[in-house]
Amino acid sequence: MTDEKNPNPFRTLAEPPKPAPPPQGMSEEDTIREELERGVLFSSVEKMVNWARANAIWPLGFGLACCAIEMMAIVGPRFDISRFGAEVFRASPRQADLMIVAGRVSIKMAPVLRQLYDQMPDPKWVISMGACASCGGVFNNYAILQGVDKIVPVDVYVPGCPPRPEALIHGIMKLQEKILTSRVELGPFPTKKKKSRKAVA
Amino acid sequence: MTAPTAALPGVATTLTPERIEERLRVRFPDVTIRRQTGEAVRDHTLYVPADQLVEICTFLRDDPELDFAMLSWIAGVDYLPRDPRFEVVYGLLSLARNARVNLKVALGEEHPRVPSVTGVWPTADWHERETYDFYGIEFSGHPALTRILLPEDWVGWPLRKDSPLGYEEVAFTHNTPGRTVPDPKLKKLAPKKVKYRAH
Amino acid sequence: MTLNMGPQHPSTHGVLRVALELDGETVVDARSMIGYLHTGMEKQAEYKTYTQSIPQTDRMDYLSPMSNNLALCLAAEKLLGIEAPARTQAIRVLLTELTRISAHCVWLGTHALDIGAMTVFFYCFREREKVLSIYEHVCGARMTASYIRVGGLAMDIPAGFLDRCQKFVDEMPAHVDEYEKLLSKNPIWLARTQGVAQLSQKDAIGLGATGPVLRGSGVKWDLRKNQPYCGYDEYDFEVPVGVSGGDAYDRYMVRVQEMRQATKIAHQAIAKIRAMGEKGDYRLRDYKYVLPPKEDVKTSMEALIHHFKIVAHGFFPPVGEAYQAIEAPKGELGFYFVSDGTPRPWRMKVRSPSFVHLQTLPSMIRGRLVADVITAIGSIDIVLGEVDR
Repeated sequence: MTDEKNPNPFRTLAEPPKPAPPPQGMSEEDTIREELERGVLFSSVEKMVNWARANAIWPLGFGLACCAIEMMAIVGPRFDISRFGAEVFRASPRQADLMIVAGRVSIKMAPVLRQLYDQMPDPKWVISMGACASCGGVFNNYAILQGVDKIVPVDVYVPGCPPRPEALIHGIMKLQEKILTSRVELGPFPTKKKKSRKAVA
Repeated sequence: MTAPTAALPGVATTLTPERIEERLRVRFPDVTIRRQTGEAVRDHTLYVPADQLVEICTFLRDDPELDFAMLSWIAGVDYLPRDPRFEVVYGLLSLARNARVNLKVALGEEHPRVPSVTGVWPTADWHERETYDFYGIEFSGHPALTRILLPEDWVGWPLRKDSPLGYEEVAFTHNTPGRTVPDPKLKKLAPKKVKYRAH
Repeated sequence: MTLNMGPQHPSTHGVLRVALELDGETVVDARSMIGYLHTGMEKQAEYKTYTQSIPQTDRMDYLSPMSNNLALCLAAEKLLGIEAPARTQAIRVLLTELTRISAHCVWLGTHALDIGAMTVFFYCFREREKVLSIYEHVCGARMTASYIRVGGLAMDIPAGFLDRCQKFVDEMPAHVDEYEKLLSKNPIWLARTQGVAQLSQKDAIGLGATGPVLRGSGVKWDLRKNQPYCGYDEYDFEVPVGVSGGDAYDRYMVRVQEMRQATKIAHQAIAKIRAMGEKGDYRLRDYKYVLPPKEDVKTSMEALIHHFKIVAHGFFPPVGEAYQAIEAPKGELGFYFVSDGTPRPWRMKVRSPSFVHLQTLPSMIRGRLVADVITAIGSIDIVLGEVDR
């Protein structure tokens, strides 16, 4: 670690290996092509976009009742959701792309839920976590909405009361599978307007 | 910095139910206060008339021997076929004397109205709003009597016995016309049976 | 300016809506609007038997499910006039104290997270996972246990359960030391919580506060000592009380000390259960109201008939009413049953501590800054499932 032995004090590892010299008889063009093939990946836009979307899902922090505690548990150290890229729970719906409806939705909360769903930008997905969000659960009475799919479209239903954190992670993985196999809309292409040939009199 | 209060008496209470009734009868000689009796009425419960409620509560709170400083809960109960139909139950707690007593006010069916005790115990605010929300019992003198748990525009009093539960029939094939069993051919896609091992 | 802290907010611990009247950054008034999680549990209880309402209580204060179960069962037992055997009481005490530790862990983790200390969240949830594993060992479910039943428990404690609890209880004081090392003398924590969200003694009693909120304001009132249930008078523990005017720091210290005392009580409870036998009586043998054990059901005709009647109809309590309160982690949790002789209660009223404590919010934050609102809500420790039922 002294200056004489190691002139660069910040380098503590061994020197990296020098790249092998190109074999005889290869032109410059071929060497460039070989270098590119080692570091370049070819795919379709759809696959790349889906891969990016699936592995960096940002959930909206929408914990309502008991399922919210199991949702907090997946953020905890034992069942780590950041392994799947989803540890950033956004508080604002404008920055989130996954709404995990965790808990029972009462009729007073239903319009709020719809408004939050509308505020989320596309692409967005909804996981209905737990029995109460999927179908009303234990509570079949005047106060609870019998299933959140009455007001928002749901992609994945995770049953349980509450579902174990592993079940919710399984649900998120199923959603990742769904995203990886979905079509990507790239928006309307701009069309060139054809000039009219009618004479202007 | 306020010093903590001295340790309050433990299990034994110095205030017996009979003593509470005696003090009340001495203070309010011409008010009918009767005790609720019954096979399994496990708490000391006193029926008081609605018009004297605030005075009785103020006395129970301020009398140094009784000292019911805390209102623990207020509940409404609907005894539908019976007249008077409603009852409002006040659960009082005396910290210094370690005693509990329930006060009950019986109300008829048309315009159930009872004076509010928010002036005596500020905590009664939300309890009374909840009872109003569930039963439609009006508390006169309450600062802001509005619905608290149900949406503001909800019609009806849900906890009354003649209000329905709001149960939604789960759709099966036998009670929903037009609903059929899914295609049996789909069973082929189901995974094979898994043998479970008990570890 | 009126600012809406809406039902969806990372720091309101559930769906609470607070309308803040602000003058710059100072809070002039605060109005809480609740009901976004109203579940109609009290109405639903009139259509279910007493035992069928026990799973509903799990979902009320979902951080301390065993305490809620216990409150309902004690109220039903008071109505019936029965009492569970001593070994069952000790197991109930053990589970309730573990629940208290787990609920306070979540409270501390989320409160610290709101104020900005993220590490405490991860530490607390690590301990909570251990308690949830213990729950799973004893009844199969991590959170919604429904293990405590009228007259006793759902089933006997399994083998190895007491050793597991002993291990947890032995290592818990070290973890509480960790939390205190991170927070108790931390200048940021002290600046954020000392002198903030003060609740005077007079206000606390007038507003019906109980539990840590009342004890934080200096009143020494604990239902476990003053109106004991489940044999709590045989355990040796202290009741911590706040000393500096009922601010957020007081309530924090009270709850942290309660975690230590809960460990102490759990230790004594484990010793008691071991003395009474690792396997034994887990339900009262009063077959009129309580299910007989399965071995008897398979051999005795009378037990079979009782089992059938209780499972098919439910037990028939006497006509009357009863109110029983326990010291839940949040405060005084009470159940008021009115019975008309049928297996379904005529009225079930839940006196939930968080409902009452939320009324103290305006008096705590009037004249303070907006950031103190978060501290105040966190220090009251509300759970919306309990507030809205």
